[in-house]
Amino acid sequence: MKLITAIVRPEKVNDVLAALFEADVRGLTVSPARGHGGETEEVETYRGTKVMMGLVEKVRIEIGVSDHFESRAVEAIVESARTGEVGDGKIFITDVSQVVRIRSGERDTDAVTPVNPEAHMLSY
Amino acid sequence: MPHTTSSFVALFSAPADLSTADTAWILVSAALVLLMTPALAFFYGGMVRSKNALNTMMMSFCSLGVVGCVWAFAGYSLAFSEGSAWIGGLDHLFLKGVGFEPRDGQTIPHLLFCIFQGTFAIITAAIISGALVERMRFSAYLFFIALWTLFVYAPVCHWVWGPGGWLEAMGALDYAGGTVVHVNAGAAAVVGALLIGSRKDYGRQALLPHNVPYILLGTGLLWFGWFGFNAGSALAADESASLAFANTFLAPCAAMVTWLLLDHIRISKMTAVGAATGTVVGLVAITPAAAFVGPMDAIAIGMIATFPSYLAIQYRSRSRLDDSLDVAAAHGVGGLTGAMLVGVFAREAWGGTAGLFEGNAAQVAIQGTAVLAALAFSALASFALFKLVSLVIPLRVELEEEGRGLDVPLHGEQAISSGEGAVLLTRTKRPPKESATTQAGDPAGTSA
Repeated sequence: MKLITAIVRPEKVNDVLAALFEADVRGLTVSPARGHGGETEEVETYRGTKVMMGLVEKVRIEIGVSDHFESRAVEAIVESARTGEVGDGKIFITDVSQVVRIRSGERDTDAVTPVNPEAHMLSY
Repeated sequence: MPHTTSSFVALFSAPADLSTADTAWILVSAALVLLMTPALAFFYGGMVRSKNALNTMMMSFCSLGVVGCVWAFAGYSLAFSEGSAWIGGLDHLFLKGVGFEPRDGQTIPHLLFCIFQGTFAIITAAIISGALVERMRFSAYLFFIALWTLFVYAPVCHWVWGPGGWLEAMGALDYAGGTVVHVNAGAAAVVGALLIGSRKDYGRQALLPHNVPYILLGTGLLWFGWFGFNAGSALAADESASLAFANTFLAPCAAMVTWLLLDHIRISKMTAVGAATGTVVGLVAITPAAAFVGPMDAIAIGMIATFPSYLAIQYRSRSRLDDSLDVAAAHGVGGLTGAMLVGVFAREAWGGTAGLFEGNAAQVAIQGTAVLAALAFSALASFALFKLVSLVIPLRVELEEEGRGLDVPLHGEQAISSGEGAVLLTRTKRPPKESATTQAGDPAGTSA
């Protein structure tokens, strides 16, 4: 199994979720993040105080997948999150030694296989 | 006396028909109506996504500055000086001749009347912004509302309230601006939303309000300010003002309750945004009727007006028209319903003209004519002004800016900033002169 950790632009999250759904990838975790990936800093001004915003709002998406789902998940994210500008984010893919589904105690590939493939969060 | 020129003495000699009581109330009313615009900023600002909160609030807030100046320069003259049936003249350009001497039939200083009316012009322009948020270029918006105040608000205001206006001559009833303010702004809002186009995410994802408490805060302050809007429109501290005050209290109460019930019937939950919207619809609907109908009529108007606006929002949310914050449903439809219901409920006994219930069916036709005229003119003229502005400044922001949210790209600020990762940029890289001498022992001069 693999853990796919993607850091993407907040305004691209809905596109990414839609693309993952299209690619039949189910089950993921999304969390807000702040970071820096070499993009030009935004300068803000508050009453004459100039401030460089060194950290940019991002969103982290984590997905546990079985091996044969890795490439289609990664492709879906890359295609949907790309704008072509610096700051589009990164995808980190790591090997996972074990996965446990808490409810049933299922292990590994069984644990990352969706229970009900028809159930989905995006109903459009 | 520091000044003794004859004109100055003439200006300051207390006019016989001036009432200090009336003046005191309109002084307060003008401040109340002014507060409605920052209140609208909170009402609208809470409804958008957090990345656009500042821009949305600025669209309302900056109407204070821009329209306030435009009103003093020319807007007041075009609305309220002697002219034709269609538009005022240029007699009061740059407030010329606007002094302490009350206008004919009034008991407050002319200057106070001008400022009181200016606060109306400001909020009317700001109301339009609700249909344009999250995508319009800020400079284009300011340019538009400046022109709109002069060429749409001022004429319609003159038709209904100005000396010799054709709708006033026809007998149209509009106590505090159902037609002039709300129908007028609602029509411009729909035209703007159509011309600028919908937000890129509209219909693709849910665009949720980022701060519902802001919406309630804004609604509360709007209601508070609306007492000045309606009861101040009596231009006196008298019975008519107190009737308008009572009705401004009662109609929103009825509208809020009705809206909550409709919510409950439809989704079996009473929503906060619904309570706020219902309140505003009640306020809008009672505005044209404020002191023309009795208190129980006000409750009826508040209840009745809820239905068309509620249906309009249901319809809009399924349509492709991105009237983002439902200006058409709340202000356009609410103002229209109110303006028509004056024709039904107006009572001679309460100081109005007789309406349908007192046997004067013709009043309903007069009201309909006034509303249609304002709708048609505002839509056409707003279309022309949006097109004119678009020749100079593109109406929309770049797609990339829309994605990031307008606050940082357009204003260089964030509504709520965590402050983390913020690096202070110093004004100069060179060390100041004193430090150059005190740090003379530092040969490398690396203190920069």
